[in-house]
Amino acid sequence: MAHPSQLGFQDAASPVMEELLHFHDHTLMIVFLISTLVLYIIMAMVTTKLTNKFILDSQEIEIIWTLLPALILILIALPSLRILYLMDEVNDPHLTVKALGHQWYWSYEYTDYNNFGFDSYMVPTQDLTPGQFRLLDVDHRMVIPTESPVRVLITADDVLHSWAVPSLGIKMDAVPGRLNQTAFIVSRPGIYYGQCSEICGANHSFMPVVVEAIPLKHFENWSTLMLENS
Amino acid sequence: MSDRINEKIQNYRTAPFDARFPNTNQTRNCYQNYLDFHRCNKALSAKQQDPAPCEWYRRVYTSLCPMGWVQRWDEQLEEGSFAGRI
Repeated sequence: MAHPSQLGFQDAASPVMEELLHFHDHTLMIVFLISTLVLYIIMAMVTTKLTNKFILDSQEIEIIWTLLPALILILIALPSLRILYLMDEVNDPHLTVKALGHQWYWSYEYTDYNNFGFDSYMVPTQDLTPGQFRLLDVDHRMVIPTESPVRVLITADDVLHSWAVPSLGIKMDAVPGRLNQTAFIVSRPGIYYGQCSEICGANHSFMPVVVEAIPLKHFENWSTLMLENS
Repeated sequence: MSDRINEKIQNYRTAPFDARFPNTNQTRNCYQNYLDFHRCNKALSAKQQDPAPCEWYRRVYTSLCPMGWVQRWDEQLEEGSFAGRI
């Protein structure tokens, strides 16, 4: 989850997010190197007493500062496209969950075997128990098994919302009348937080997304329990 | 042939990848399977055949479609106001 004064991404909980993290590191390093070089040149130009009023042209440096940026762009584009196609791979999900956005809560439906669904409301600040996160925790989390390909179909009941979980590298708009698909695999058990990412009215900031990933055996126990209780 | 279909239905886990709907927008996938289920039922019942193979479409649309959508369409079907051609 997010931490105060956080600068970078949250720890990755899915393989795709790991790839995105590494790609970001790679690209940011290139950006830092270029910025440092430019800043150095600016400083050098500004702090010298030497002048040359007769520089007209120079074929060599023109070639260098044309080819080098092209090469750098290719070095950025190749990993970028690799990840793009990786995210677009055909997957064979083990489970389908539907996430429906409402004003102002999410509801989750697990209908592969039974018609099972529940609402997920944010825990109001005055009702927080010690250890719970303000504006992030919910009463019922979306539970999924670890290391299983999961398909999430996202839609909305009223206005636009957006279902986002940064540590899984997912953000998908919830559009009324449309079913948007995204898929992911959670690498490790844990609780992953996200927030609604499309302005949807007064309580847009107060409808978080919480995904709880547990081993498959426990997931089967959970779903049996939820079915019995509903 | 019906053995293969029955086996597929028995081993059903969730809606598999459908190459007709490869992209992010799965609205049509849900709707098409709903239509196909009812068309299959209608066609097989008209020929006095066992509608068991139609179960596949029902499983797929149940997996994909939000319960609210299915409920609304079922009500429309009962009323006779469903817009799709079945």
